[in-house]
Amino acid sequence: MKEGQHDQHIKKYGMVIDLDKCTGCGACMVACMQENNIPFQKDETDKMLSITWLRVFKLDNGKPYPDTDICYLPRPCMHCSGIGEHGHSPCVSVCPATATDYSMETGIVSQIYTRCFGCRYCMAACPYHVRHFNWWDPVWPSGMERSLNPNVSVRMRGVVEKCNFCFQRYQIAKEKAFTEGRTEIEEHEYQPACVEACPANAITFGDLLNPKHKVYKLKQDPRAFRLLEKLHTNPKVYYLSSREWVREAGDNYIENEKVDVEPKKH
Amino acid sequence: MDSELIPEGVQRCSLGKFLLWIGVVSVVLLWGVYGMILCWAKGLNQTNMNNAFGFALWIWADLAVIALGGGAFFTGFLRYIVGKKELKNIINYAVLIGFICYSSALLILAIDIGQPLRGWFIFWHANVHSMLTEVAFCLSCYFGVLTIEYLPLILENRQIDKIPFFHNLSHNMHEVMAVFAATGAFLSFFHQGSLGGVAGVLYGRPFGFREGVLIWPWTFFLFTWSAAACGPCFTILITKITEKVVGKKLVKDNVVELLAKISGWMLLTYITAKIIDTLYWAYVTAPKMGFTLDQFYTNNPGSAYGYWILIMEVIVGGVIPALILVTRKGRQTPLLLWIAVILACVGVSLNRWVMVLQVLAVPVLTFENWFTYFPSWQEIATTILPVAYGTILISLSYRYLPIFPQESELNPPPEELLSEAETVQKEAIEQDMASQDLTPAESAG
Repeated sequence: MKEGQHDQHIKKYGMVIDLDKCTGCGACMVACMQENNIPFQKDETDKMLSITWLRVFKLDNGKPYPDTDICYLPRPCMHCSGIGEHGHSPCVSVCPATATDYSMETGIVSQIYTRCFGCRYCMAACPYHVRHFNWWDPVWPSGMERSLNPNVSVRMRGVVEKCNFCFQRYQIAKEKAFTEGRTEIEEHEYQPACVEACPANAITFGDLLNPKHKVYKLKQDPRAFRLLEKLHTNPKVYYLSSREWVREAGDNYIENEKVDVEPKKH
Repeated sequence: MDSELIPEGVQRCSLGKFLLWIGVVSVVLLWGVYGMILCWAKGLNQTNMNNAFGFALWIWADLAVIALGGGAFFTGFLRYIVGKKELKNIINYAVLIGFICYSSALLILAIDIGQPLRGWFIFWHANVHSMLTEVAFCLSCYFGVLTIEYLPLILENRQIDKIPFFHNLSHNMHEVMAVFAATGAFLSFFHQGSLGGVAGVLYGRPFGFREGVLIWPWTFFLFTWSAAACGPCFTILITKITEKVVGKKLVKDNVVELLAKISGWMLLTYITAKIIDTLYWAYVTAPKMGFTLDQFYTNNPGSAYGYWILIMEVIVGGVIPALILVTRKGRQTPLLLWIAVILACVGVSLNRWVMVLQVLAVPVLTFENWFTYFPSWQEIATTILPVAYGTILISLSYRYLPIFPQESELNPPPEELLSEAETVQKEAIEQDMASQDLTPAESAG
């Protein structure tokens, strides 16, 4: 759908993360783990085996002191629309068992844990490394199982999982609206856990197609960029940064290529 | 003790020696089975795969054995569809090797998935857009075809053949084998291609992604082509190894040379296409995605993925064996033939390696580094498992089934060992063969 022609029934939920505001505190990661019953191991030293739906990366500009500069970059699932906005995101199109799906209603890429048989093709397809495999069955320390979120199923060994923009919150908000006789939900009624937890208000979430939502305007900020745009994955997570080297870190450029990271109008 | 089961007119080692050989190989097999049980019981945490290397040694092994097992479909295509009659003398072995390769691939896949009991979901919830779905369907169907092609060989065992029903079944299956060979070639074209498409469609992975025609990336066609080229090389290699192990000639030189010649021309045309594909990818596709060839092959840990791997694959494992095999002198010089078929097998295996491992090792996000991986012993054991299984199946088939139609002709038993009746029978069979241009197996059928 063209922007400006807003159909209330079609949503395209997305995120805008202001890297100028992010302090790298990690509250978003903790909130995500807690909200989504993300399992962990006794030994979490090997991060390549950890499950972190939302991971905060620490970037630097590669320059020595005193010119050194760092930036924290939270990376949830990008919920790619894929080439041509047909929902053929890199992972959805390859899953042989239709265990991951692109919702044309919300723009959210979901994962059906009970259908996934653990081939991991989707992990190979995702350039952002947002997909994680359950190498072990989840084991919760004694008593901690009581803190599990009853709205989110825990996942078993041998299946892939990833960020789903806290989809359970969307369902709850829809149910609430329905009981109140409404067909639409308000912007504030559906907000992922990471957005609520961020103390710096660095993360904004909403319908990218809805002019009333904050993300609609924010994604048009001259500082906005997305990760790996050249691959045409068409992510729904935007980043804002006033620093040119950060915007440049968003994509790969060959030598002598004109780097298009100037602040721009969308 | 088991002499009644051994095909007539051929010599085999003593049963004791045979059992000792099987026993030694079985130790390796059991090691693999132990690794497999661990993976099934405890999960894929037994491997050294991780969230960056979701595909690793096993997927490479799958792709490699399927490419090497391509000798079955292509030799069958040449024998039954193109009509290369000489290849009837090696088609049995090509089918057996193909059967081993494909059953191994299915076994490895069953270990490789996180939820093995849900393996059937790939058929039940099939996603028609996924290359893996096409692989699963075609691979399973082709394994069925290979089983049908291998079955008549089992039925030709001396004792089973005495039962009229099995004798007639085997004969009738031979009669319609061209249909199965054509089906096998059709299915193989698609699953070999789909395996190429597995990496080729990954538009989020610049190392693997290739442009193409309609829904098929160029790797789709290159994988089929390379399997048709290198599969027969593997058939020749295993035949030569078998001849060395048993200490006798099993297939006539003209048969091997014909297969080697066809394989050589297939390899030469394939490697030409591969070089063109590589150049287009390096200078057009990758730069559009923001990558240069240097980024793919330099600055990686220990140069595990340096330019050497590209040279090894394309030049050493492609151009050199192709040039050897297309020349008469190259094919007819035993040492050069050995070198060529080994290099071709190494080349195609390396191609599958980079299209699985290097695709995942290359960092795509600018703030990530190269990813490294080394398999666990469980992964290694379960990858060697099919080798042991294949060795045992080849040993059993060679001992009890008429796999090599030319064996008795190439290795006539000493006259003093033949009884008068056997001499008469042997002469009758030879006369029969001469008049009908048939192999002993086909003559018996």
